[in-house]
Amino acid sequence: MAEELKLFRSWSSPFALRAVHALKIKGLEYETILEDLKNKSDKLLEYNPIYKKVPVLVHNGKPICESLVILEYIDETWKQTPLLPQDPYEKAMARFWAKFGDDKVMQSVWTAFISQGKDQEEAIAQAGGDFRFLEEQLKGKKFFGGETIGYLDLAFGWFANLTGIMEVITGQKLVNAEEFPLLSAWINNFADDPVIKELWPPHYKMVEKFQAMREPYLKKVA
Amino acid sequence: MAEELKLFRTWSSRFALRVVHALKIKGLEYETILEDLKNKSDKLLEYNPIYKKVPVLVHNGKTICESLVILEYIDETWKQCPLLPQDPYEKAMARFWAKFGDDKVMPSVWTAFISQGKDQEEAIAQAAGNFRFLEEQLNGKKFFGGETIGYLDLAFGWLANLIGIMEEITGLKLVKAEEFPLLSAWINNFADDPVIKELWPPHDKMVEKFQAQCEPYLKKVT
Repeated sequence: MAEELKLFRSWSSPFALRAVHALKIKGLEYETILEDLKNKSDKLLEYNPIYKKVPVLVHNGKPICESLVILEYIDETWKQTPLLPQDPYEKAMARFWAKFGDDKVMQSVWTAFISQGKDQEEAIAQAGGDFRFLEEQLKGKKFFGGETIGYLDLAFGWFANLTGIMEVITGQKLVNAEEFPLLSAWINNFADDPVIKELWPPHYKMVEKFQAMREPYLKKVA
Repeated sequence: MAEELKLFRTWSSRFALRVVHALKIKGLEYETILEDLKNKSDKLLEYNPIYKKVPVLVHNGKTICESLVILEYIDETWKQCPLLPQDPYEKAMARFWAKFGDDKVMPSVWTAFISQGKDQEEAIAQAAGNFRFLEEQLNGKKFFGGETIGYLDLAFGWLANLIGIMEEITGLKLVKAEEFPLLSAWINNFADDPVIKELWPPHDKMVEKFQAQCEPYLKKVT
């Protein structure tokens, strides 16, 4: 029986990119439905009535929403090239840090991106506090997953993708290589990985998009 | 080798209660460290430097934070009385709805109880919209986990515990049996379960605590 595998995503969603990379790592074939988030398809609204967001993975007619839930589903359904560690404690740590990334790091990076002057200095320092934890997690490892990219690397993929773009736009160095050598190395190693690089959203489009997102916050400075 | 298992919690934390119930269901012996959140112990701050919260589970010197991460760790480490379903799709659904509970249902319930006037009408409608999804999930089932209490039931334990207390304090009936028969039945079934009931925090103390928490909001109406 032919397996039905579809991914609803947008061209730029960092959350959907997690699923895109995971499916690539697992070597899975699937159909992409590209959504325009200003004009969501009926199918998307049917499959994700609660959040009305991407990504949504549909496997043999069953929809799964929320990118980290999707990653675990993919890992448990297709056993090749495991994304999560086998050990329950290591698995718990991966889940904990992924949640920390979404709940804390994402917010602190965004704040650093949209603020200016003294506020931005403080915001960058605040984000630095979060980065310190990540730096610690990378001790003795090339990736969060060890020698190869895993669940937690994919969970932080947005970080590797966006920090460079944000630095180009703001002219401010968000991740200082002297202060965070391991995290800086991780960003480069992740971004350089052929599987990852092949599927990055187009750089110039991302710069354009994030420039536009930053605009409303810039106007406030007289 | 003697196994070291400790749980840092407070007497009333609904998040810690998830872990208390999980450990009971699994039949595990452990040491409780009761925390006073106005005067956190050095150990708690050492074990949970990021959030400085309970619960924290310590297993043979390794610390795990975040209640839902702890539940999965417990389930993967001790295989008796499984809390999560075996099937990857059912597991994904349990994880999705647990996150929905924490991200959407919890704040909507709190807002419905503490807001007033038109705000409260809207908040009640919002909460009801969330309850409708839960009602659907219970279709044909006694518990979210099926015939027995599982991960998702424990994730929603706060709802079963606090709804009655808040209804008593505010006089607002939020979960109407006519409107949500399955959810109402679930609340009763969960609360009546001997394992659950035995470990509920003391009712009077909870009423007192939440009365104090609600006061500043309820006072606003002249």
